[in-house]
Parts: sequence; C-alpha cells; structure tokens
Amino acid sequence: MKRFLLPLAAFAVLVGFLAMGLMHDPREVPSPLIGKPAPAFTLPQLHDATKNFSVVDMKGRVWLLNVWASWCVSCREEHPVLVELAKTGSVPVIGLDYKDQVADGKQWLEKLGNPYILSVVDSDGRVGIDYGVYGVPETYVIDKQGIIRMKHTGPITPASLAQTILPLVKELSQ
Amino acid sequence: MKRWPGYLFIVLATSMVFAADAPPLAADEIVEKRMVAISEELRCLVCQNESLAASRADLANDLRREIRKMIVQGKTDREILDFMVARYGDFVLYRPPVKSTTWLLWGGPFILLVVGLGTLVFFLRRRNRNMSMPALSEEQRRRAAALLDQSDT
Amino acid sequence: MTPELGHFALILALMAALLQGLLPLIGAQRISSYSAQWIALARPAAQTHFLLLVFAFACLAQSFLTNDFSVAYVAQNSNTKLPAMYQFAAVWGGHEGSLLLWVLMLSGWGAAVSLASRQLPEAMVARVLAVLGLVSIGMLAFILFTSNPFERLLPALAEGRDLNPLLQDPGLVFHPPMLYMGYVGFSVAFAFAIAALISGRLDAAWARWSRPWTTAAWVFLTIGIAMGSWWAYNELGWGGWWFWDPVENASFMPWLAGTALIHSLAITEKRGAFKNWTVLLAIAAFSLSLLGTFLVRSGVLTSVHAFASDPSRGVFILILLAVVIGSSLTLFAWRAPKVGVGGAFALVSRETMLLINNVLLVVAAGSVLLGTLYPLLIDALGLGKLSVGPPYFNTVFVPVMVPLLLLIAVGPLARWKHADLRDMARRLRVSFILALLAGAIFPHLMGIWTPMTALGSLLAVWIASSTVFQIAERLKIGGGNASASFWGMHLAHFGIAVFVIGVTLVGGYQEEKDVRMQTGATVSVGGYQLRLLDIGAAPGPNYHADVGTFELSRNGHVLKTLYPEKRHYFSSQMPMTEAAIDTGFTRDIYVSLGEPLDNQGAWSVRVYFKPFIDWIWGGCLLMAAGGFLALLDRRYRLRVKAAVTLPGSVSA
Repeated sequence: MKRFLLPLAAFAVLVGFLAMGLMHDPREVPSPLIGKPAPAFTLPQLHDATKNFSVVDMKGRVWLLNVWASWCVSCREEHPVLVELAKTGSVPVIGLDYKDQVADGKQWLEKLGNPYILSVVDSDGRVGIDYGVYGVPETYVIDKQGIIRMKHTGPITPASLAQTILPLVKELSQ
Repeated sequence: MKRWPGYLFIVLATSMVFAADAPPLAADEIVEKRMVAISEELRCLVCQNESLAASRADLANDLRREIRKMIVQGKTDREILDFMVARYGDFVLYRPPVKSTTWLLWGGPFILLVVGLGTLVFFLRRRNRNMSMPALSEEQRRRAAALLDQSDT
Repeated sequence: MTPELGHFALILALMAALLQGLLPLIGAQRISSYSAQWIALARPAAQTHFLLLVFAFACLAQSFLTNDFSVAYVAQNSNTKLPAMYQFAAVWGGHEGSLLLWVLMLSGWGAAVSLASRQLPEAMVARVLAVLGLVSIGMLAFILFTSNPFERLLPALAEGRDLNPLLQDPGLVFHPPMLYMGYVGFSVAFAFAIAALISGRLDAAWARWSRPWTTAAWVFLTIGIAMGSWWAYNELGWGGWWFWDPVENASFMPWLAGTALIHSLAITEKRGAFKNWTVLLAIAAFSLSLLGTFLVRSGVLTSVHAFASDPSRGVFILILLAVVIGSSLTLFAWRAPKVGVGGAFALVSRETMLLINNVLLVVAAGSVLLGTLYPLLIDALGLGKLSVGPPYFNTVFVPVMVPLLLLIAVGPLARWKHADLRDMARRLRVSFILALLAGAIFPHLMGIWTPMTALGSLLAVWIASSTVFQIAERLKIGGGNASASFWGMHLAHFGIAVFVIGVTLVGGYQEEKDVRMQTGATVSVGGYQLRLLDIGAAPGPNYHADVGTFELSRNGHVLKTLYPEKRHYFSSQMPMTEAAIDTGFTRDIYVSLGEPLDNQGAWSVRVYFKPFIDWIWGGCLLMAAGGFLALLDRRYRLRVKAAVTLPGSVSA
C-alpha cells in the first residue's frame, strides 16, 4: 500500500524546499548585469558641471561605482565605511549621485566627508535605470575591461567589504 | 426658425456636460493605455508585491515614464519588456517566460489536471470491478487452479 | 501588572493545552485504570484553555486601550492618537497579536466542540479535543518562545509608533477575526479526521459529525476572504478586488480544499464511500491553513502583508508545520489501507460528479500552491529569482474553473448510485438554451461582445437557471419537506452565479479615467458626471488629510456628494488614499485623489465606473448564507436522538 505514503513523501519534499527558502532573502534580487559590460554613460561631475565623466575613463582600472543620494537614509549608515576605504586607497570609488539636487549632494559630502575620487550627477535617474538600481545605496565592482563583476545592494558593511568586495578587487587587479 | 432657441439650449446643455470634461492626465491616451497594459505585467521592485501600474513609488513613476518614451519611439511590447529584463532580470516579469526552469510552473496545472482525472477514472474502474467481482475464497482459488492445470494438459 | 497577568495566563493556557492534548488521548486508548477520568478531563481542560486565552487576550487589549507603551508590541503598533476602535483592533494588527488571535480562535473552536458534542461518543470527543490541544501546544509554544506579545520595553516609550496606516480601516476590525475563524476552524475537521484515524472508526457517522463543523468554518472563511477583498478594494486605491498576493493565496488555498472537503463529506456521509480521500482532504485543508500561517508569518515570501521577517520564527513554525502535518500524514499512511470502500455506484452518478468536483478543486488549489511557492522553489535551487503574478494565475486558473462551473448545474441533478443521463439532459435543456442565448446576446446589451464576457454570461445563466429550475421542480412535488441542506446547497450555487456575473461584468465593462481636475471641473464616466466642488485640508485624529468634495450626478440630477481623501499619517512617510465610493446595486462609482499637480489647486484624480462589482461580494455572502442554511439542517440536531437510541455506538 505504497500509494498511501505518497502524500507524506510530497509533503517531505515541500518542507525541504521551505527550509531552503528560509535561508534566502526574498528581498535580494540578483542583477542580470553581472558579467556584462557596465552600461555606458556620460554625466556631468558633481563638483564641476562643466566636466563630464564616462565609464571609458576608468578603462584599465578596477573600480567601484557607488550609487548614493543625500536623501537616502541607509547611505548615511554606509558612508563612514566608504570614508575609511578611501583612506586606505585600495580601490577608487566613483559616486553616482542618484536623483538628487546638486547643492544637497555637495553639502552632504562636505558634512560627512568625500570618499569618492569624483561623483557624477544622475538627476533624472536615467543612468540608474540602466544599471538596474532599485534600492539606494548600491555598489558595483567593475573590472579593467569595464565588465561588472559584482553588485552589492544595500549599505556596505565593514564585514561585506572585507569578506567579499575587497578580495574580489584584489583578484581582479592581478 | 422658432425652434432655434430650444435647439440652441440643448446644444449648450450637452456641450456643458461633455465639453467641460476634465482633461486626461496623459498627453496621449492611446500611449497611456498601452503603458498601463505593459506595466501591469511588470513588478515594482521597491514595493516587492505591487505591479508597476499600481505602484506610486518614485522608481515606478520613472519606469512608467521610460515605458511611455519607448512607446512613443515605436518600440514593440516585446522590446520594452526585454529592456526591463536586461536591467532587473526575470524578477520584474509577473508572467514568467516559458523556459526550462519554468516548464513545471506552466505545465504543472495541466499535468495536475490530467493526472487527477486519470487517477479518478482508474480508481473508479478498479473500484467497480472489485465490487462486481466478489473475492474468491482460498478453496475456490485452489479449485480454479486445478481446473486450469487440467486444461493445460 | 496587566501584561504580566496576561503572560502568566498564556503559560497557564499552555499547561491546560498540555492536559487537554495528552491525558484524554491516552485515556481514550483505555490502557490505564484511570482512563475514564482522563477522558472526562477533555472538556473542562478545553474550556479552561479557552478562558485563559480570553483572559490573556483581554490583558493585551487592556494594554492597548490604556496606551501602555512599556509593552513592546503595543509601542510598535499603537499610538495615543489612534482612535479607540483601531486601538482595539491593533491587538491583531501585528505578528504577535495575530498569533494570539489565531490560538484564541483555535481554543474557541475547541470550547465549542466541548459544548456541542454531548451526543458524541466520549472517547471520540476526548480524541478530537486532544488533537486540538496538541495543535494548540505547538502554537502557544511558538508564541511564548519566539513571539511573546507581552514582552516589556524598558524604559517605556513616551509615544507608540502607530498602527500601519494601511490597517487603519474598519476592515481591520472584522476581516482578520472572520478569516481566522474560518482558517483555524478547519482544525476541527482535521481533529475529527485524526481522531477517526486513531480509533480506526472511519465511518459515515464520523462524516456526519464533522460535516457541520467543516461547513461552519467554511462559512467564516468565505465571509473573511470576501471582506478582505472588499477591504483591499476600498483601501488600496487601485480599484482592484483580487491581487493573487501570496497572503490572499494563503487563505484561498484552504478555501478551495475546504470546498472540496464539504462536497466529499457529502459522499462519505450519504454513501460511506471514499473515506480515505475525505480524511486526506480534511488533513489537507487544515495543513494549507498552517502552511498559509507559515508563509505569512515567516516572511519567506515578501508581500504587502508580511510585516514579520525573522528567521528564528520561520524555523520554529516550519518545525511545527512538519510535526503536525508530517505525523498526520504518517498516521494516514498507516491507517488508510485498512479502511473499507463503501457503497457501490455507477460511473454516471452523483458520486462521480462530486469526485470530479473534488479533482477540479484540488487541481485549482494545487495550481495556486504551485504558483505561490514556485519563486521560492527556484530560489532554493539556486536558479535565480522570478515572480509569479496575476497574469499567471489568471491564465491557469480560469481553464480549471470553467469545467467546474459547468458542472455545478449538472451535479445536483444526478442521482446517487446511478444517474440517468437522458433524464438529466432533458432537465437541462432549457438552461442550455438560455445560457447560449445569454452568451450570445447579453454582452451586446452591456457594450461590446468579447469571448470572456460571453463565457462569463453563459456560465452565470447556466448555473442560475439550472438552480432555479431545480428549486421549481422540487416545489412542484412538494417543497415543504425540502431539507435545509437542499436550500443551502442551491443558495450557495446561486451565489456562485451572482459572483460570476460580478467578475465578468466588472472585468469586461469597467471604465477608468485619470484626469487633471480643478475646482469646478467635471468628469464623466459610465454615464455619470462628477463635479469637483472643492479640495480642502481637514484634520484627522492621527493624520491630516486633503479632502475632495465631488458632486455625483446623472443627466443633471444630483445623486450624492463624495469625499475622497488623501491622508498623511503622522507616523508614516507614505500618503494613504481613501477612495470615496458610491455603491449601487448595478454599479459603483469610485473616486480617488492622486497628487496635487501644481500650486493652483489642480489635482490628479482617478475615477472608475465599476458595473456589478458588488455582486462579487454579494455572491460570496450568498455562498456563506447557503452554508449557514445547510448548518440548520435537522439531521445534525437529530443526532442526539440517534445516539440515545443506539447506545451500542457510544461504547464502541
């Protein structure tokens, strides 16, 4: 009478999946851009609107693109980590000031310190859409060929920096 | 000619009702209709479980604006959906694309239906057969076997 | 002090549940000399258990009503400015409190069984109450160890964080209690099934005992789901009535399984057949309720509703789920092979019709389950993230429902054991013609003909006319002796026809306009005119609002004034839309305020004309009323006499 065991077996499989599901964060959406060239853009710089910045300018270097905004609450949490990172000089960080007022952005960096070698202004969020930004702050690791290697959604913590981002940067730099 | 004033009044009255209708928000209602239809198929990322059409989140507004732009540029629905998938992945599609990882999802209900009805027919037939044929006793079975043996020789 | 008393009452309730869950169960096995006393313990333990939880619940309510922000849960979900009605409803507005409501309902059903089971064999009652007690032990442990609503927050906050504004709606007061009553109510059918499996006495009497309890739970669940849908329609401001949200699905799956169970209980009661299947459905209906609780409370599927996301809670409730359902299915696998097959019947018979109904409902529930869990499954296998939303569910659900709806008109015509196809066809002839005519003509009267509106009209008329003819036939041969369940069944089926009309017409013929309006502007929709008289600020108890004043008129006759609001709650960033709705028998006019567009007082306004939308909920209420009528059937009350005249069955 094996057929009477079928419901139990089906349920056991279900419980297995539910248990695995508990270990995943449903809010984290993987980016389809990983392994693809970083979308090209040319945007004015935050501190000098007459100068532009393009992705190609970073060709040959491993760098981080950090999406931030003065209105973003979790960016405030992340910022000291970036400031510390900038002090070590281990990797250049470009800021993408996302849907922000230029004056607000400048003031924010003045007050909290500027870890970016430069920031660009994405005032209408169009570049953000190309990068699939959905929750600021977000950080992209881009390699020498301009390929996106990793995306970190949410504030960078000292732990995520030390355990995932910096080792990857080191590996890509070689 | 005497009817003129009355006729005029009717024209005025109807035009007062209809001509004063508030202007639609959308610059182009056909574009807007298509935009809504497309964005109902898309998931708003920030809200996690609202369609892009329903959401009032900032990002949703921006994405709807992009969709409008693409419609005006003459892009097809497919191209617009591809644009979204290229940036946010399959996660944005409320109607998952049919591919190897979703065969079970799309085929599942159909398989369930076929298996369910098939099992039902199987059980009903077996049940009826069992009921119409009373089980043989041990004694009867032995006699049946003996008879079969005889016919073999 | 009150929170500590409440906490203590919860601990005592756990003790009572332990007594209720263990001793009567052992007693019913008659292995000890104290068996009779242990069996007799079941009723008082169940009642004490319930009273203790009522007390704990009252303590929590007291903390809310007195703004005791030294209780963490109160501080998170209430506020001094919150109106008293919502302060009370906020008791179940968050994770901890909704679990307390869950377990309160569970013990309430147990207490109800203990009071309304005088005619049942004592051992059966003992086992049923014990199973309920065992489930309650798990839930109470879950509350006490991971989600204690009485946890203190020291130092206390001066002001609470307020209830989620989305929940500040009269819907919150009635919808969750109704829904939980239904959801948890399937525990009784489950307990009867388990008790029968333990005793090995799986017979028609068992089906007759569990049937009214199942129907009662189903009635509550039907009302609860309908109210939830109505609440979403009112509160979310998108004018939709069903979103296939995981949380909605969590309550819809038990409903589908419960509906199947009600029908299969009919076969088992009348014909003693398919007992195994019925037992399995009873286990499935409650398992889906538990699964729903897991999905909502563990946060594995994010949705608008899942406020709680805590892995330790998820693990605990998953273990609970595994233990309760796993042990029931094991028991099933052990006992089911020994159960007899029951009465014979032909392939064309009422029995077969009901079984097809069961297959279709179970396939529907399975499809919803598949769609709800599929993203989780793919993610768990590391195959990426995807979303399964309304487009998927609408695509797969409708094809399964259509044959079911067609069957509704046919099934009740079929006789038990052996039905005469030719006789059935003759009795359906007129309905068939009417349905075809409705599909061909009715959509043209409403506007444009589309396949979907034609199909919907056809199905609704097919069901409604067949139901009416069957009632007429019955009245002709003397309707006076028609049983309450006869009327209940037909009323519920008629409710489905009403529901289908609502869904079809609102889907096919609703009108929507997004417009820019200034004072004095008019917008017309569905033959009605709305004039914006004024938009002004108005203070609320815990929000400030912009209130629009709209005059609704038709052909120059003013019908009503509508006041949609845009609320900004002090506690929340997100503005809330309070739509204003003029409800009518054949249509709703729905107005919601968007955003201010400039400084000159122009607003974006969304208006809808929704034909027959209230028939959706009206249909649900008719279904529930049908279930209620069936509950009144005399045969459920005659059991008392039967039990007295058959003393042999009591001791068996």
